[in-house]
Amino acid sequence: MRVNGDYDVAVIGGGPAGMAAAIAAAREGARVLILERNDQLGGILPQCIHNGFGAINFGRDLPGPEYAYRYEQKVRALPVEIKLNTMVLDVTGGRDVFAINDDEGYLHFKPKSIVMAMGCRERTRAQIRLPGTRAAGIFTAGTVQRLVNIEGYMPGRRVVVLGSGDIGMIMARRLTIEGATVLSVLELMPHLTGLRRNYVQCLQDYDIPLHLSTTVKKIKGKRRVEGIETIQVDERFRPIAGTERSIDCDTLVLSVGLIPENELSSQAGVVLDDHTRGPRIDSSMATSVPGIFAAGNVTGIYDLVDYVSIAGTAAGANAAAYARGTAPEKRRRRVRLVPGSNVGSILPQEIEIGDDDSRPTIMLRPNATIDVSVRLRFTADDETVTEFRERYARPSEMIVKTLSARHLDQLRGDKNEEYQVEIV
Amino acid sequence: MSAQGTTRNDICLRCPRGCEVITVLDDKGAILDISGNQCKLGIEYVKQEINNPRRVLPTLVRVAGGMRPMVPVWTPEPVPKGLLLDLAATTRSIEVDAPVSVGDVVLDDWRGLGIQLVASGAVARRAGAEVRHSNGGE
Repeated sequence: MRVNGDYDVAVIGGGPAGMAAAIAAAREGARVLILERNDQLGGILPQCIHNGFGAINFGRDLPGPEYAYRYEQKVRALPVEIKLNTMVLDVTGGRDVFAINDDEGYLHFKPKSIVMAMGCRERTRAQIRLPGTRAAGIFTAGTVQRLVNIEGYMPGRRVVVLGSGDIGMIMARRLTIEGATVLSVLELMPHLTGLRRNYVQCLQDYDIPLHLSTTVKKIKGKRRVEGIETIQVDERFRPIAGTERSIDCDTLVLSVGLIPENELSSQAGVVLDDHTRGPRIDSSMATSVPGIFAAGNVTGIYDLVDYVSIAGTAAGANAAAYARGTAPEKRRRRVRLVPGSNVGSILPQEIEIGDDDSRPTIMLRPNATIDVSVRLRFTADDETVTEFRERYARPSEMIVKTLSARHLDQLRGDKNEEYQVEIV
Repeated sequence: MSAQGTTRNDICLRCPRGCEVITVLDDKGAILDISGNQCKLGIEYVKQEINNPRRVLPTLVRVAGGMRPMVPVWTPEPVPKGLLLDLAATTRSIEVDAPVSVGDVVLDDWRGLGIQLVASGAVARRAGAEVRHSNGGE
């Protein structure tokens, strides 16, 4: 089998991160290959037919397919090789990429650099240990989204949604618009887990009830779901006996979280972060393996696709520079960022504090709701080195902050290698 | 803040930030004070929400002779909230012929209200698909 060494940069995944990476790398003059397992570019966007995309990158509120279309037009205007229906099977730390498709069979590429842009997948029923029968009619929200929006099938008529994440609420509205009855959205937590705007425009607008601190106790039905039993939980998520309620339904939709998809990263020996469950990256989107970069939901779950595209652009430009051999030497001071109190995860996990005016952007996922003004602190040995203010902290909203000259000056004046980032 | 006024809380839908906007109204429903918004879109939003709430409707229509059975459509301009389900019922009866391109108008001036449904995705024509009709609609 011929080893194909024609490409400078191989991008694994043709979703928003991968497309932005390919565009940025091609604009730097790199020979770019996109490997995409689906039959079209765009990743999850073609099935996200709701609006809410593009506020940052296009200054407009666009539906997902149109956001993807705009990037696809840019990719196709550049000399980027796109292989659709192509599944990447293995990536090695030496940057061998093995893939397969129907037309060409088994393929072996040896690019100079790689951008990992595989995105994420949904948590399933097994991962939340949902009891009951294994009847038909239990779907993840993304599967329902694909069935309805791409394939044109309705999964059922009387629907209950478990999980108040954004996709769950959006699918509750979508199914209502298509004529189904959404009886209830259940949420285990005592608060909404998705954005409040989606509660207003997806649930309130269509009179869909939301039940907090409530979960599914039992799924009924042998061949097809015939109903569920719900139960309320206390503040420690223990079921409260006597609060059971039966709902007759034929479909249960699960919107219970997303997990970065990193089998290939692990195969390549990329170090993953315990908090994001994606590759540990620095401000150039470089992973622990030289020449392998990562961007988008594969590195941790983002709220907004606009930020995914921005990360993809950075990864693509840096992958092109690495392939050319012009990547800046890593001689500047590098510091690690570690989640402190009320912080669930941080991206990137390592930033450079240089003497130039480059300004790293960090993204924090709070793991607590604090509805009053908060301070984000960088601390070392319990001493605050720098801090900034935010209006509030909510788990459903990533805090995105580009460090200012003042923050960088304060970090330059300190010599620690690791900072705890906390929200107080 | 007016003592005799009523207040209402709205989550602004104009951007993903989702500001909680607090509006104080007098007895006749006139706006006395708006707070909590981080930009002027919040003021516009609340005024519209009080007088004539509108929403964008993203949905699908059927495609005949296409590589896929459905194409996504939306109302680039928000439509009165009370008409959303009516418009959704109308879109369920629409079938367009492939090919469909992003930006194609699928339904124009619905009920004479100036409401447009526009394709937000593309569907290529399936090779050998027969031509049937040009459009559906009410």
